[in-house]
Amino acid sequence: MSVVTLTINGQDVSARDDATVLQAAREAGIHIPVLCYLEGLSAVGACRLCLVEVAGVNRLLPACTTRVQEGMEVHTDTPRLQTYRRHIIELLFAERNHVCAVCVANGNCELQSLAIEVGMDHVRYDYVFPSLGMDLTHERFGLDHNRCILCTRCVRACDEIEGAHTLDVLGRGAKARIVTDLNMPWGESPTCTSCGKCAMACPTGAIFKQGSTVAEMVHHPEKLAFLKTARERREWRV
Amino acid sequence: MNGEELLHVMAQEQERARRFRHHLHVCTGTACQALNSESIAQALEVAAKAQGKQGEVSVKCVGCPGLCSLGPLVEVHSFVNGDHERSLYQFVRPEDASEIISHLDGEPVERLVTPLDQPFFTRQLKIVLENCGEIDPERIEDYIARGGYQALMKVLTEMTPSEVIDEITRSGLRGRGGAGFPTGLKWATVAKADPRRYPTYVPPGIQSQKFVICNGDEGDPGAFMDRSVMEGDPHRVLEGMIIAGYAVGANQGYIYVRAEYPLAVKRLRTAIRQAQRAGLLGNNIAGTAFSFNIDIRLGAGAFVCGEETALIASIEGGRGLPRPRPPYPAEYGLWGCPTLINNVETLANIAPIINKGASWFASIGTAKSKGTKVFALTGQVKNTGLIEVPMGITLREIVFDIGGGIPNGHKFKAVQTGGPSGGCIPEQYLDTPVDYESLTALGSIMGSGGLIVMDDSTDMVEVARFFMDFCMEESCGKCIPCRAGTAQIHHILTKFQTGRATERDLKLLEELCDVVKHASLCGLGQSAPNPVLSTLRYFRHEYEAKLRRDGAGYGYANGAAKERVTHS
Ligand SMILES: Cc1cc2nc3c(=O)[nH]c(=O)nc-3n(C[C@H](O)[C@H](O)[C@H](O)COP(=O)(O)O)c2cc1C
Ligand code: SF4
Ligand code: SF4
Ligand code: FES
Repeated sequence: MSVVTLTINGQDVSARDDATVLQAAREAGIHIPVLCYLEGLSAVGACRLCLVEVAGVNRLLPACTTRVQEGMEVHTDTPRLQTYRRHIIELLFAERNHVCAVCVANGNCELQSLAIEVGMDHVRYDYVFPSLGMDLTHERFGLDHNRCILCTRCVRACDEIEGAHTLDVLGRGAKARIVTDLNMPWGESPTCTSCGKCAMACPTGAIFKQGSTVAEMVHHPEKLAFLKTARERREWRV
Repeated sequence: MNGEELLHVMAQEQERARRFRHHLHVCTGTACQALNSESIAQALEVAAKAQGKQGEVSVKCVGCPGLCSLGPLVEVHSFVNGDHERSLYQFVRPEDASEIISHLDGEPVERLVTPLDQPFFTRQLKIVLENCGEIDPERIEDYIARGGYQALMKVLTEMTPSEVIDEITRSGLRGRGGAGFPTGLKWATVAKADPRRYPTYVPPGIQSQKFVICNGDEGDPGAFMDRSVMEGDPHRVLEGMIIAGYAVGANQGYIYVRAEYPLAVKRLRTAIRQAQRAGLLGNNIAGTAFSFNIDIRLGAGAFVCGEETALIASIEGGRGLPRPRPPYPAEYGLWGCPTLINNVETLANIAPIINKGASWFASIGTAKSKGTKVFALTGQVKNTGLIEVPMGITLREIVFDIGGGIPNGHKFKAVQTGGPSGGCIPEQYLDTPVDYESLTALGSIMGSGGLIVMDDSTDMVEVARFFMDFCMEESCGKCIPCRAGTAQIHHILTKFQTGRATERDLKLLEELCDVVKHASLCGLGQSAPNPVLSTLRYFRHEYEAKLRRDGAGYGYANGAAKERVTHS
């Protein structure tokens, strides 16, 4: 392990050479918006909100998967990136049925916070209004596809932290859906341990505790990172 | 087989061929086979026997000679008094067999013959396809008779891996899978890559620290270059892979073919078995210390699985999803190991480069694009089929000389290269030489080789919508700009086609194309807007002519409501 120095938005930053740009920025107190990234889970670079500009690289790079390099010159908040971020959030709102006013996660939703952050005062795209169902067969949790943004945080939490791999994605493109096991009702899943890590991970109101009503669902994404580090450091023995 | 035995088989085969005066080559590529060309071959054999000519006539099922629009094709090579005469028959039916056989020593059958001196043939230059239409793809001896596996022998006995890489680098060969990355540089990167740099997870039973993958996914609609090579000359693909394995230090290769190519799969399987039996594949190839195995992996036909990281995920048994690069597969590929991934056509160029030398290859083409390119020529053009042309040929020559121009009295409008990732090039740029940089500068790409000609009856907005429909369906859905963006672009284009688009939609369309192009994760999303951007660039008036000027119709809910008002 060695230390490299780089600049982010003109500020000098030093980081371990195996750190990502996102980690380096966070450590230096520089905010980069993320959605599919969650500390404790593997990074997949899917939502593209964390894209940054790097001098000398003609492509935009996702901060969550890009390693730091000596002398790197990173910009995280240029007008171009701001434009792209707003488009991405608008695309998400138009893609499925996000009706905050009746959502369990209202006020506790990362998508909603990001919409405010990028200044989305209205959506320029036509709403698709797809007809999507929800799965309420599980005794403790519900999955509402209307609010799912396909970030796969639940899939990774279930696989990487709980080790159950109950959740996965079915289909591709706009038709992709989160499914339990081989596309069976969640309540009948033989692999689900009802641990609730998916509900902790979900950034929106898509996975929620049964019985919660509007604005009652509070997620605890930070618990996953806590679990992971505690496990790695063997803070508990059985 | 060692070098000597190889030469022996070659001599034996050539001797065998000399026993026949007439060689009849029946195309059994997918297109001709669909027209029942195998029964033509049988009928020809029966007719030869009936006319007592079985001793002088050899009938051979070969790969595609290219002119698919005139198929089924039968080519006749006659060796009479030391002269080699060729004639090509088009639209052959089994009933024509006895007439063809009886004319063998006289004039060819007038009503079936198609001239061989037409520009379609004379303007082509065949390197990759030189054996397609000449050899029986199911016989390794046929390939050996035409100098097959000589390059492998030379590499194994006379060259070090770094000499092989140098040779490929000096040839200037660039990847034919789309992006045109210099092949020698890629090989050198894999050869240098340290297999211990990243944690690996190779399944038990596989003895290799590096891998070679041949990308035969070919998902572009209308493209069939790689299919023809795999069907018509499978051993050449194997030879290229084995040489690549030797150069980069890999002992295991995979050919990733889509399951929709059953004939290619069958012929590759046969070829692998034959090469193994001949000792040209497997352990201790040709008695040297080098071992290399090849297995086939079938793809389920998703376009995105042609993208290298998705392809690797698919071979590993996962969902075919791309992942961000770097690290590139050259350093972190299959099961975490350094992996060389090359296109079928790229690998088919390797043997000729080794045999004839890098400088020979580098003498063909333009300053930065060397060699030839195979194109699948389709659309509104007289001759459709498979062509191989030297880099630097102009689009005009391809469309009007080789393609024979536009049929039915229509005028040329545009030519589309690169399939769903490419763009439409209008008339004023027809004299552009075909090379990677020139096509990119025009807003298109070389792509893997689809070339669609469009006449003046074509609606360019509809063309853009067609390709966007494809990209939207084929988007893997992992990243938001591509998954939701292609669907919105498609929706906006549909509004244009149904008279509901306004100025705002045009502006939003342009902004969105920029987002999808630059924010998407993989090449599919990054290139998906190209058909829209290029038609906007050259045919903007067609979009503008479709705009609705009364201000109504924008917004989904909003627009629908207004529409109801305006129409009542
Ligand atoms: C969406 C997408 C589809 C692709 N499909 C193919 C394909 O069908 N065949 C292919 O050889 N390369 C395809 N590629 C390119 C590959 O990712 C890769 O660059 C190529 O196989 C490298 O080989 P080359 O260097 O010999 O060109 C595709 C790329 C993308 C982004
Ligand atoms: S259910 Fe929640 S965590 Fe899972 S993919 Fe959808 S939005 Fe992401
Ligand atoms: S660009 Fe499209 S195909 Fe590529 S990763 Fe993103 S969603 Fe998947
Ligand atoms: S947070 Fe990096 S791409 Fe989603």
